[in-house]
Amino acid sequence: MELNSKSPDGPIETRWERHRFHLKLVNPANKRKYTILMVGTGLAGGSAAASLGELGYNVKCFCFQDSPRRAHSIAAQGGINAAKNYHNDGDSVYRLFYDTVKGGDFRARESNVYRLAQISVNIIDQCVAQGVPFAREYSGYLDNRSFGGAQVSRTFYARGQTGQQLLLGAYQALERQVGAGQVQMFPRTEMLDLIVVDGRARGIVTRNLMTGKIETHFGDAVVLGTGGYGNLFYLSTNAKGSNATAIWRAHKRGALFANPCFTQIHPTCIPVSGDYQSKLTLMSESLRNDGRVWVPKNGGDKREPNAIPEADRDYYLERRYPSFGNLVPRDVASRNAKAVCDDGRGVGESGLAVYLDFRDAIQRLGEHTIKERYGNLFDMYERITGENPYKVPMRIYPAIHYTMGGLWVDYNLMSTIPGLYVVGEANFSDHGANRLGASALMQGLADGYFVLPNTIGDYLASNKFDSIDAGHAAVREAEGKVNDTIRRLLGAKGTRSVDSYHRELGKILWEYCGMARTAEGLKTALNEIPALREQFWRDVRVLGNGEELNQSLEKAGRVADFFELAELMCLDALERNESCGGHFREEYQTPDGEAARDDEHYSYAAAWEFTGVGKSPVLHKEPLNFEYVHPTQRSYK
Amino acid sequence: MRITLHIWRQPNAQTPGKMVRYEVPNVNQEMSFLEMLDVLNEDLIGKGEEPVAFDHDCREGICGMCGAMVNGMAHGPLPATTLCQLHMRHFKDGDVLYVEPWRAKAFPVVKDLVVDRSAFDRIIAAGGYVSVSTGSAPDGNAVLVPKEDADRAMDAAACIGCGACVATCPNAAAALFTGAKIAHLGLLPQGQPERDSRATAMVAQAAAEGFGSCTNIGECEAVCPKEIKLEVIARMNRDFIRAAWSGRYTSAHK
Repeated sequence: MELNSKSPDGPIETRWERHRFHLKLVNPANKRKYTILMVGTGLAGGSAAASLGELGYNVKCFCFQDSPRRAHSIAAQGGINAAKNYHNDGDSVYRLFYDTVKGGDFRARESNVYRLAQISVNIIDQCVAQGVPFAREYSGYLDNRSFGGAQVSRTFYARGQTGQQLLLGAYQALERQVGAGQVQMFPRTEMLDLIVVDGRARGIVTRNLMTGKIETHFGDAVVLGTGGYGNLFYLSTNAKGSNATAIWRAHKRGALFANPCFTQIHPTCIPVSGDYQSKLTLMSESLRNDGRVWVPKNGGDKREPNAIPEADRDYYLERRYPSFGNLVPRDVASRNAKAVCDDGRGVGESGLAVYLDFRDAIQRLGEHTIKERYGNLFDMYERITGENPYKVPMRIYPAIHYTMGGLWVDYNLMSTIPGLYVVGEANFSDHGANRLGASALMQGLADGYFVLPNTIGDYLASNKFDSIDAGHAAVREAEGKVNDTIRRLLGAKGTRSVDSYHRELGKILWEYCGMARTAEGLKTALNEIPALREQFWRDVRVLGNGEELNQSLEKAGRVADFFELAELMCLDALERNESCGGHFREEYQTPDGEAARDDEHYSYAAAWEFTGVGKSPVLHKEPLNFEYVHPTQRSYK
Repeated sequence: MRITLHIWRQPNAQTPGKMVRYEVPNVNQEMSFLEMLDVLNEDLIGKGEEPVAFDHDCREGICGMCGAMVNGMAHGPLPATTLCQLHMRHFKDGDVLYVEPWRAKAFPVVKDLVVDRSAFDRIIAAGGYVSVSTGSAPDGNAVLVPKEDADRAMDAAACIGCGACVATCPNAAAALFTGAKIAHLGLLPQGQPERDSRATAMVAQAAAEGFGSCTNIGECEAVCPKEIKLEVIARMNRDFIRAAWSGRYTSAHK
């Protein structure tokens, strides 16, 4: 299989414009003849469904939550980047492009990243027009702040609830189309398989989570905007329901899965407190604008943090990276936190935490300003930990947050299955090996509002679509498979709960495929995961039946997919004999402990083809060429 | 610590439910309320009993999916806190807690603590938006918004759509929810062209869904996890009356 990225060539500034001109169009009167199935209603899915509806397509939109407004984009706190240069501080489309390629450690496609930076400015305009209440200065102009991995202030925000406000903007646009009859919404409905007819994506099999009914939906194209797979690790900052089922089952139908080992560990999360822990809560990266990260200079220093004098504190990020200081990218900040904890200098009961201290910022700016900037985050921290961060430093530790990997897509966001598009975190496209802060919201909305609505018409206009009969062999096969899986899960009648298996899988992954990876550890994981998977299928206990709301059954199906994806992730990590971005292989580091990339051998996107459960997948490589930003060792010193 | 729970168990919408007593002997004070339910559920699965169904997703207090009445209080006793962010350190050993679903005509029970809140989506679909199709927006700084207005719009926009306001209201009114969206968009210049039609359509939809009318009791404000103020209801009423008198709103609008 040859991977054709369809990435345009020529001057990068005009690639998207020239590409769009060459795309075929569907005339306005014909759009209503097409039906598009949209799975997922986060920033990417919600904005795509709304925009496609506005264009006149018939859209059927699906989400597993009780309302499209619940999608986990809602939890994004800090902000959204845009190259507006409203602050005259040297920002530009080119600089955002440059920062993103560099931040991704030179493992993203230049054409895509440039387009993302270009579109960033339109996103802000669109959201403002929708009534998103971005933070304003007293003059009434939009306010900005700076984020990790950048030296300009290009991040727009709405208190600590930027994701919420952007998602509600997209949700409201979506509901407007629902009200207009252009989009038909199916909440509490989970996609369980993709229907491929004559080599093209033509439908999905779903389960109505309220009634358990298995249904099929047909369309002319299918779009997945179902988010990332961070919940593989059990403990992550993702919502409990976030899952990889839609992308994984599409993968099993032929969509290649790219760079699964590129996972992002976020440096500032509230540490684990006990075995019952069900998820980890992020404290926005924006806190690093004013908070200073430190640990005691000496291991075993058990004094209260405020009793530790300046001379006995190690502000290790400021010390090691004087030019970026506390604002180094996430992968760098996370690895350094791990290093000081491994060194025995971690704080808190578990020793797996570092301080994020606002004492100096409060002295400099006053408590009022800090409260205005981060009030809701401070409140959230206090609610969870019972400690007041205005008085004592926060304790933070890295946690799985985002996955850069996902289904492989070309420049049009189409996967290797014709007619199957993938948007937002679910695809692998723009962040390379590490995503910069405030860039996920940007990518989700770029894909949904501006890229997909332009590119999908080309596919629709270039192909003929016969209507699909529910009795078609491919439909019956997919339906049968879904029913079969459900029967097997309910029929195992074993001894252990779904959660207990999920936790165990998560522990294996965190240990061997988390912040630091080794060939030996990955091999161990690759032995342990299939064994646990087999035990799961034999021994899982799912009570109740399939004909009504059954939350254990929903989880069981998702965890079954996590097992298979986990194996691919470890394999990909093992295959990539280099360190880059979020993928840190201990064998490959510079003398001072930074990631050592191997551009000669690994400057490609690894796109994996499914060949069967427990069978070796086939690796396809999309070479990455850097014509504008030349790969160097990332330096934040 | 040891907690005694009385939880509403109802297999489905058709079958009557009842309170069932459970003991959770090993509650850690660092747990969230939902983590305590997780522990209970693991225990139930171990015994071969069906776990308690409850809605939840982000567990960070922002998605709005979780919620239950705890001893008659929506989201439990702590102000400005969703159920997922309520930690057990606020309870004491030996406490007895009664846990029930949201109860309102417009929120039918699906199973145990899970209710159907799709009525909220239909209220938004009736007019809770600015009609700006993708691509037609001017530059973000073309229209200035005074900081005070943006801040107050944000206060209202913080609503997470959890439904606690409805559940706690003796009239099961959706006034705080509906008012929050009307206030959010009505405070911004972008929301002005549709201000009249929005208020009229959303209020009408709320009534059609079977929510009651507001009688200014204020319980909704007291339990709102995002501290949405009663002021939004005043704004809704004012916009609704303004629309009725303006004559600009016609039935041509949806």
